[in-house]
Amino acid sequence: MGVSGVPRHWRSLRERYRLLGTYCENCGTSFFPPRKICPKCRRRGRTREVEFSGRGKVFSYTVIHVGSKTFEEYAPYVIGLVELEEGPRVLSQIVDCKPEEVHIGMEVEACFRKLFEQEDGGIISYGFKFRPVDDSWVEYYRKLLADKKVKAART
Amino acid sequence: MLGSGGFSKRGDHGLKREVAIVAVGATRFGEHWSKGLKDLAWEAGVQAVEEAGISGRDIQYIVFGNMSGGMFEGQEHVGALVAEFLGLNPVPATRVEAACASGGVAFFQGYLAVASGMYDLVAVGGVEKMTDVEPGQATEILSAAMDYEWEAYFGATFPGVYALMATRYMHDYGLKPDTLAKVAVKNHYHGSMNPLAHFRNRITVEDVLSSPVVAHPLRRNDCCPVSDGAACVLLAPLDEARKYTDTPIIVKAVAQASDTLSLLERRDICTLNATVHAAEKAFAMAKLTRRDVDLVEVHDCFTIAEILALEDLGFCAKGAGFKLYEEGETYVGGRLPVNTDGGLKAGGHAVGATGVKQIVEIVKQLRGEAEGGRQVDGAEVGLAHNVGGSGATAVVTILSRR
Repeated sequence: MGVSGVPRHWRSLRERYRLLGTYCENCGTSFFPPRKICPKCRRRGRTREVEFSGRGKVFSYTVIHVGSKTFEEYAPYVIGLVELEEGPRVLSQIVDCKPEEVHIGMEVEACFRKLFEQEDGGIISYGFKFRPVDDSWVEYYRKLLADKKVKAART
Repeated sequence: MLGSGGFSKRGDHGLKREVAIVAVGATRFGEHWSKGLKDLAWEAGVQAVEEAGISGRDIQYIVFGNMSGGMFEGQEHVGALVAEFLGLNPVPATRVEAACASGGVAFFQGYLAVASGMYDLVAVGGVEKMTDVEPGQATEILSAAMDYEWEAYFGATFPGVYALMATRYMHDYGLKPDTLAKVAVKNHYHGSMNPLAHFRNRITVEDVLSSPVVAHPLRRNDCCPVSDGAACVLLAPLDEARKYTDTPIIVKAVAQASDTLSLLERRDICTLNATVHAAEKAFAMAKLTRRDVDLVEVHDCFTIAEILALEDLGFCAKGAGFKLYEEGETYVGGRLPVNTDGGLKAGGHAVGATGVKQIVEIVKQLRGEAEGGRQVDGAEVGLAHNVGGSGATAVVTILSRR
């Protein structure tokens, strides 16, 4: 039960890891998630797979304080609706920054991360999340590590 | 606007006869520790049957909404189960599922069954038993109402998806949290007058703004509760309705529409296109205008959803919905009373039952039977709006006293 299930996960491995979508050569529109048919052109559409750059801007966001059972332990975490530079939007977590730093229009890029761990059997699911495009996340981690050291020294 | 997904070419929607609601029943929405799905369905069903003065055996078809008996109670195939428990085998009994719009979709199916001429007495219900699972589990089950693969899998929750709409709406239209809070304050005020409401306490803007954050910018008091409950209405052809009641309520229109399950491909995430389409169809079918409507029940699973609903139903322009709350126009006695039973927020949200519960409230109002001081004076026409997930299904129903 829940946001898990190995067969479903395997079936969609490629687009989960590599931000693959669909491009229609007839109307020039990109789609995500991948589709079998261009909803605009219907049968006239000529679709092919496309890999997105992974760069985009935050279109909207929220900070989840009460997660579902699978994600309870990660709260609070940021969920963003990211508009990719090719046009389509992706829903994913925004990481490597403080929740209060996330804003509409913020420039982000995709990165490869652990999404969650299944309760039974410990199967780990991976996929993309997004982080700030500037190098602020380097500083974020430096500070995070320093804080951990301070805490460790205190105890 | 309608484009594809219009009506049959006959122009009268292909229907053979007009349909009326002849009886209603509903349980209180809330935490019913000692009752299961069957008990709740029984309670609502018996009320409706007794009100119509019929025997259960007179019912020719049962159709009801239930989102997830399977995940909440481990029981699927609940259509036949309810018929069995009501002692009505072999009456055909169908459970329909469209997440939180299951009840509204069930009503649409029941309406078609009578309007088509196939059945003369149909029981439409909705039932959900939600409190036998822990809260984290309930959040997980409800997240199956949106796109599991591309939203829930990445950690989005149901409140989270509506929070994405709220963040963007606040950015685009300048809505402030204290105005948003007024939606919940109003619904609790109405709920305090409804004996069947989940919450009957009144709250203040301060209560909302000091409740814990669930998904920023939505706080606990921006979110509807998880409830157990059931509701039922009996449908009959209008020309036979007086056999059962002196105050039949006419079903002027029912319209359903669909949209993407996820927010990913909606260019405007502050508009629920399914609501827009269903409303256009319903008003065309009823041959009525927004001005004719005396009260509405809208799907306020979150405070922001109520504001979006009023805009998408066409009662005000996009971006202007929250202004109605600044002036208190959505209270009983105001220009457009909204959610006179407390809505989902205070009335409660037993997901599969909600769409039918909304119709029960409209029927009570149009009969002039709404108790506790929440009766809308001289109500003639009411509208119910039921949404599944984050807007992938919407059902709009228009009812009239004459």
